[in-house]
This record gives sequence, structure tokens and C-alpha cells, in this order.
Amino acid sequence: MIEPKLKIATCSLAGCFGCHMSLLDLDERLFELAERVELDRSPLTDIKELGDCDLGLIEGGVCNAENVHVLMEFRARCKILVAIGACALSGGVPAMRNQYDLKDCLEESYLRGIGLVNPQIPNDPEIPLLLNQVHPLHEVVKIDYFLPGCPPSADAIWTFVNQLLSGQPLALPYTQIHYD
Amino acid sequence: MAEPDALSGMIREIIQRHSGMPTRLLQILRDVQDHLTWLSPEALERVAEELDISPVKVHSVAEFYSFLYTAPRGSYDILFSDNITDRMLGNRELLHYLCDRLGIGIGETRADGLVTVGTTSCTGMCDQGPAALVNGYALTRLDTARLDRIVELVNGQILLAQWPREFFEVVSNIRRADILLGRHFADGSALRAVLKRGPEAILEELVKSGLRGQGGAGFRSATKWISCRSAPGEVKYVVCNADEGEPGTFKDRVLMQDFADLVFEGMTLCGQVIGARQGFVYLRGEYRYLLDSLQATLQRRREAGLLGEAILDDPTFSFDIDIHLGAGAYVCGEESALIESLEGKHGVPRIRPPFPTTHGYLNKPTVVNNVETFASAAKIAVEGGAWFASRGTAESKGTKLLSLSGDCERPGIYEYPFGVTVQRVLEDCGAPDAQGIQMAGPAGHMISARQFNRRICFEDLATGGSFMVFNHQRDILDGIRNFTQFFVHESCGFCTPCRVGTSLMRDLVTKVHTGHGTRYDLEEMRKLGRIMRVACHCGLGQTAPNPVLDSLDQFPESWERRLRSTAFEPAFDLDAALEQARQLTGRSDPGAYLREEELMLGTMP
Ligand SMILES: Cc1cc2nc3c(=O)[nH]c(=O)nc-3n(C[C@H](O)[C@H](O)[C@H](O)COP(=O)(O)O)c2cc1C
Ligand code: SF4
Ligand code: SF4
Ligand code: FES
Repeated sequence: MIEPKLKIATCSLAGCFGCHMSLLDLDERLFELAERVELDRSPLTDIKELGDCDLGLIEGGVCNAENVHVLMEFRARCKILVAIGACALSGGVPAMRNQYDLKDCLEESYLRGIGLVNPQIPNDPEIPLLLNQVHPLHEVVKIDYFLPGCPPSADAIWTFVNQLLSGQPLALPYTQIHYD
Repeated sequence: MAEPDALSGMIREIIQRHSGMPTRLLQILRDVQDHLTWLSPEALERVAEELDISPVKVHSVAEFYSFLYTAPRGSYDILFSDNITDRMLGNRELLHYLCDRLGIGIGETRADGLVTVGTTSCTGMCDQGPAALVNGYALTRLDTARLDRIVELVNGQILLAQWPREFFEVVSNIRRADILLGRHFADGSALRAVLKRGPEAILEELVKSGLRGQGGAGFRSATKWISCRSAPGEVKYVVCNADEGEPGTFKDRVLMQDFADLVFEGMTLCGQVIGARQGFVYLRGEYRYLLDSLQATLQRRREAGLLGEAILDDPTFSFDIDIHLGAGAYVCGEESALIESLEGKHGVPRIRPPFPTTHGYLNKPTVVNNVETFASAAKIAVEGGAWFASRGTAESKGTKLLSLSGDCERPGIYEYPFGVTVQRVLEDCGAPDAQGIQMAGPAGHMISARQFNRRICFEDLATGGSFMVFNHQRDILDGIRNFTQFFVHESCGFCTPCRVGTSLMRDLVTKVHTGHGTRYDLEEMRKLGRIMRVACHCGLGQTAPNPVLDSLDQFPESWERRLRSTAFEPAFDLDAALEQARQLTGRSDPGAYLREEELMLGTMP
């Protein structure tokens, strides 16, 4: 009998897609992975509607209302939710704006920036509203696992996903999660 | 502000007064600030030049200590003590009252530069609060009448020296005396004993006495003195730890105020026993008001031949004592951080071992003991080890000074033989309605009524002396939240588990306290607490989670009645976090809000 494939979804919130690039760095191991899992919603599939999944991998922190919605949906649909990369774990680079007032950030970008034509703060309902600060994922939903790194290496992702899918205890070698 | 030349002149004079010693940098900066109300960049630069040390070093010290300011400050700098016991006495209301009357917010300096009002950690006046400091001097028993008067004095620019004396009155409140506080001590008798019997005989008495460190950790004092005495090196030091930063403790203040001779005698005795010629008292900045009288006591002792060269006319017995003032850093009570601070640096704990007994002040062998330990040692030298050991329990000999505060009728100092039960103390101080005790300060243990039969001694409940009573009208979590904030403020920032951990803990406690937490958050606190206990570099971080972990065990209902029934709640109000952006963009379409039912999705994994 063929085992049903496990379903995985991924997404990038306030991140740079670097963590997804690291996932692609699995290279030929991607074929091996594809034997065992099926990708649901992910930038790699372009599926827009999230289905029920076994595992959700999220890159990036939470910076706007849309991020909140997507994250909530992932939490509701994924049995296991994993924060991947420094941005998801602690806000990372986008959170550097937290030391400034949101007003100053927006004015610097849209009113005072160099070379602006018709300066104004965008207010189109299509554009997600910014939260006043950027937050790590675990401040918004319960996160089951955290994989550090900026980005975590393909090897670290590989070890982690394999151990998780095969139900082994999680244990990453020192070199895969330390950077000294 | 002083003219450039006047500034140089003033700084040069201060530095000369401190013999140009870089080890006195903290003292020098304190004095400069006394003149300028703050440490301007020019002043810091001048200090660095005059002492011939790097400006970075001077800055690192200026920025480390709470009582040193690198931004302008009011000529009257008022800091309210903000320990939980001050809060029980209504200090927050008084703080707001004063700020309103002066027309400023908390932590602000008034536009005319005349006055700043802020808060600080416990100032050691817990039995006579609400307390505050004005330009470093302790104010006690504040009430609105006193504050009204203070507003007039400030607005009238009346010099501190002309403020009513009673505002600064600090009473000792000794409620129970035993062998340490109760028996007369003849100045010089311990020094005569060591001259007559020799250091070895005194050490034998100290061993026999079983005396253990009264600062809280309870290390055997004889072992410490012996180890320092036998450490190689000609130059050795004696340091008296009078930093007393643990909130709720004030027994060292009373010893320094009423029994300074006994303490100095203990230090001098130690000097003769270990072979040191120089001692230091590290006095917490909050006790600045004691400095002049302590200096006078030292001078009197020099004149009486009990200090200085050729003590008691013995040319081989020379010892002198210098007093260093701290500047608002709890971590400087940790002995190695204290030594760093004494050396004129910022107070970050050293890696131990090596211990101070071999590598202490200026890397020379050093004994660091608590005030009460030195006082006990002096008595033991005169009365003998057996006399001391006749009190107490098997492992905890002698007596202990407790500082009682909070919800009791008779706050103050109580001296008991070790082994006294918590219940007995509560009866004596008049606390029939006690719900819980924070024992040994925020770094200690929180116990509930089920444990009031426990005994105060190293075998059971160890303490440095702090004993804060909470009655049944109090919310235990108010105290816990206050303590977690204390640790955030006092973390020296050197190591991540403490620098970050104390803030995370404070945020989690606040989340639950304000009704936004779930069971998940309690589990997170436990996890975080376990990490801090093992991963922090010094005792501050290692003990910082104690109040949280203890209260989770001792007062589970205080936590649980605040929990949400959901499995998880966000750490902040998601919709409120969009409010600023809504205002900036003027949007009110549905997408500009996060609705409750959408958010519920994520709370049920
Ligand atoms: C964060 C921290 C603060 C401390 N504060 C004090 C203090 O204020 N007074 C004190 O005597 N010991 C304090 N200690 C303990 C000292 O490190 C040291 O053990 C003590 O001064 C030794 O003296 P003793 O053996 O006479 O108790 C503190 C320790 C830590 C970790
Ligand atoms: S963790 Fe690094 S690689 Fe990943 S999204 Fe953030 S910035 Fe990019
Ligand atoms: S535990 Fe805290 S106080 Fe101690 S060294 Fe680390 S940061 Fe500093
Ligand atoms: S001085 Fe107020 S409680 Fe300590």
C-alpha cells in the first residue's frame, strides 16, 4: 500500500525569501522530499488557498494586518507550525524599525524621502495596514518548533524536516544551529 | 553651567582630592555630578584627560550606574523608592501627586531645569516609607503634607541644607535585640584580644563559633579568612559589603548608623588576622546620608589609636579604612562586581574562580564580608567562639538580623537566634493576617501560610535578612510583577540569559497579571526560569526567576484565576496595534481592523 503523502505548506511573511532560497538549496534532495510530501500553499506552488496540512513552515515576522490573517490561518490549518529563520523567531531585520515610531517610518519613506513625486502616505485598502511594531511569530500564535539561522542552512532544514517527518527526536548537530 | 576654565578647575580640584587615583573614578564622577547635576560630555572628557585614562572607560562607568546622569537633570533630583513595600504604603499615589503639583510627568525634568522626579529600586527605608531620595539623601515617611512643603522648598529654590531636618530623619526601629545588638561592646576590645592572643587563636575562635556569611550565601567566615591569610602575596585587602541592595533589607543600614565602631573593629581585626593594611567599606549610594558621620567615626578611631599606623601602640599593627560610595547598582552587591566597582570600573561580575580570597581587589587576596559578619566577628574575638555557638542550630550558629517590613504592625529590626520559626517572627511583629512572606528579598523565596512553621536558618530557610509580609488583602502578583521589574532594571546586561530573560519574564508576568495570559504562558515562565537558573553568569540572573517560580508553586490560585480559557493568547492587542496606522492613513474600511472572530482562529491550535 502506498502511504499517503504528508502535506506541507510554507509562506513568507515579513521576510526576505532568503529562508525559502535556503529550502531550495536542498537541491537534488528536493526530489527525495517530493517522494514523501506534497506541497500545499507555498510560494513554490502558487496555490492560493490553504488546505489542511501536517506541517507549516513560516519565514519572516509579523509586520501588518495581512501577516496576522495568514498566520492565524496557518495556525488553524497546520497540525505542526514551525518558525524558520531569525525574522520569524525574533522579528529580525524588519523589526529594526521598532525603535522608531511608525509615524516617523512612514513619513521618512513617503513624505521626506529623496526623489518622491506627489509625496503621501498610501491609504489604498488593497495595501495591508502596518502594525505599530514588527513581532516574532510566537507573540501572535502558538509555535511548535523554532529553527534559528539567517537563513537556517539547507542541511539544517533537511535534518529538521526528516527527523520531524519520521517521528525521530529532534537533535541538530552543533554546526547546523551555531554560527561561531 | 560652569565656564570651560571653571569646569577644568573644579574637576582638577576634585581629582586632586582623590589623589588622582583612577580607582576612585566612580567617587570622582559622583563629586563632579554633585557640582553640575549631571555629567556633561565636556566634563567626562576633562575627567578622562586629567586621570589619563581613555574616554571610553569614563563613559562606560558614567553610563552604568543609575545615579550617574549623562543627560541634564533637575537641580533637585527626586527619586521615589519603588519597592513593593513602598507601594503598600501608597507611594504611587504620592508620586503622582508630587508630579501633578510640580507640573511634570514621571521621569521628566521640568522645563526650567529645576526639578526631576523619577523612581528607583528599594532605598532601604522599608520600615519608614514611603521613601525617596533627594539629590541622593534619604527622605522618609512621605505624605501629602510633606510633599506640599517639598513643592514650596523646590519652587523657592531653598538649599537642601535648609530643608526641615525631620524630613531626613532615619530611625533605627530595633525591636528585638539579642547577643549582637543587645550587649555592650567596648571599643578596641577585639583589637586587644588579637594582639594578646595572636591571629591563630582568633581564627580558632572563629572556627569554633561556626560563623557564616550574613550577606545571605552563608559561606563559613573562618574558611574565608584562613584561605586569604594563607594566600601568597604581601598586599591584602579587607572589604566590607555595605551595598545592601536586596529589596526589603535594611539591617546593614542600622548597623552602620548605630554600630559603626563594631563593624570597623571587625574589619580591623580581619586586617590583623589576614595581614592586610587597607580596608574598604562599599556603602550603597542610598546611604549617602551616613557618609559624614562614618568619616567622623573613622577619624575618632584614628585619634583613639584604633585605626591608622601603630594601632594600640603596636608598630606591627597598621590598618586604615576608606569608604567608597556606590551609585545605584544592585549587582554591585555581588562581591566580584563590587570589587570591579571599587577599582573604579563598571560593576560587571567577574568569572569565578578565582575567588577574591586569592584574586580580589587589584587582583590581591581579599576578604569580602557583609557588615553583619564583621560585627559578629568582632564580638566573637572578645567573647569567644563557644559563646557565639551556644545560640542557633547545628549548621547555623549565632543570631540573625531580620529586616521586617510590609503588612505588620511593628516593622523594624529583629535579632533572633538562628532556627526561629516564621510563625514566631510574625507573632512578634504583629502580622496575624499574613498571606505570604517574601523571604530574603526578590532573589529569595516566597512562602505561603502552609510553610510558616519553617525555620530561619541555612538548613531550612536561608536569608540575608529581608522579610516582607503580604496580608490577605494584597494581590501576590502585584509583588511578583514589582520584583520582575526590579530585575529588569538591575540586570547589568553582560549576559544574554539575564539581559533578555528578565525582560521576557517581566512581559509574561505582565501579560498574565493584566488578564491576557493562558496556561501556555505559565509553562513558558517555568521554561524560561529553568534556563535562567542554569545559564546566567551571576547570582542576579540565576535567582531572578525565583519569585515567579515560587509563587507558581505556592500561590497557584493567584495565577490561575487570571487565566483565559483559550489555549493561547497573543502577547499584545492585535487590533490596537493597527490604530496608529489607521490614524496615519485615515482608513476605516473593513481591512483596517482585525476582528475578534478572525483572530479566534489562531488561538485554538
Ligand atoms: C546580585 C547579588 C547581590 C548581592 N548583594 C549583596 C549585598 O548587598 N550585601 C552582601 O553582603 N552580600 C551581597 N551579595 C553576596 C556577596 O556576593 C557575598 O557573598 C557576600 O558579600 C559575602 O559576605 P558574607 O560571607 O559575609 O555574607 C550579593 C550577591 C549577589 C549575587
Ligand atoms: S531569517 Fe534571514 S534569510 Fe530568513 S527571511 Fe529573515 S532575513 Fe531573510
Ligand atoms: S546574570 Fe545578569 S547581572 Fe549577572 S552578569 Fe549576567 S546580565 Fe549581569
Ligand atoms: S526603601 Fe522602600 S521598601 Fe525599601
